[in-house]
Amino acid sequence: MHLKYKIQGGNFSKAGFASSEVKKILRQLSIDPKTIKRLVVALYEGEVNIVAHAYNGLITVDIDTEKVTVTLKDNGPGIPDIDKAMEQGYSTASAAVREMGFGAGMGLPNMKKNTDEMTIKSVVNEGTEVIFINYI
Amino acid sequence: MKLSELTSKIEGKVITGHSLLENEVEYAFASDLMSDVLTVDKEDILLITGLNNLQTIRTAEMADIRFIIFARNKKVNCDIKELAEENNIAVIECPWSVFKTSGVIYQLGIKPLF
Repeated sequence: MHLKYKIQGGNFSKAGFASSEVKKILRQLSIDPKTIKRLVVALYEGEVNIVAHAYNGLITVDIDTEKVTVTLKDNGPGIPDIDKAMEQGYSTASAAVREMGFGAGMGLPNMKKNTDEMTIKSVVNEGTEVIFINYI
Repeated sequence: MKLSELTSKIEGKVITGHSLLENEVEYAFASDLMSDVLTVDKEDILLITGLNNLQTIRTAEMADIRFIIFARNKKVNCDIKELAEENNIAVIECPWSVFKTSGVIYQLGIKPLF
């Protein structure tokens, strides 16, 4: 199963819509609730990151019998230092993002915690691509 | 403790999730930082927060949280109400501070996560 969602940067009222849709589909597939929770928490953190930092992005979700592969690709400022971005507490988020209850430098580390495999590629002034896999 | 009893002890007003009022609440967590809420491993907890926006409901949806108390007299708007109803999440407004709400709920025997 292949799912695709376009994400608009800065639009907080829609942030989480894609994650919500994916959660509903995973539930219909009768996947274990704890497995679903880990996956959608990681996906939601990633979706919020695109809304918070990028101009726009695309989320694709591929579901097969043994795993779910999620790709979050954005056009945005990119991450100059990925190792630093992975540190808990490091954040470049705006005041608006913080007002929404995010931007505390916990998103990427929490994504890592809730995924089985995760890779980040980023080019400054172009964008970021996060791919993660969770086994179901 | 049943959510209905807990609601009356904190002078709360039920906005959504009337069908969940007979559910038992065992654990609670208080935070205005949704990133912290997303690190919580336990499900079906009660969230006490003063952050009343759509992302609070989205966070609860992703984290399998079914009960939210909006403290500090924060009011729920139509969008929040609609999203909470859609996700079968009980939303309760409380006039007290997060500190007082949490203190009273703790005294009622509701357990902390850590």
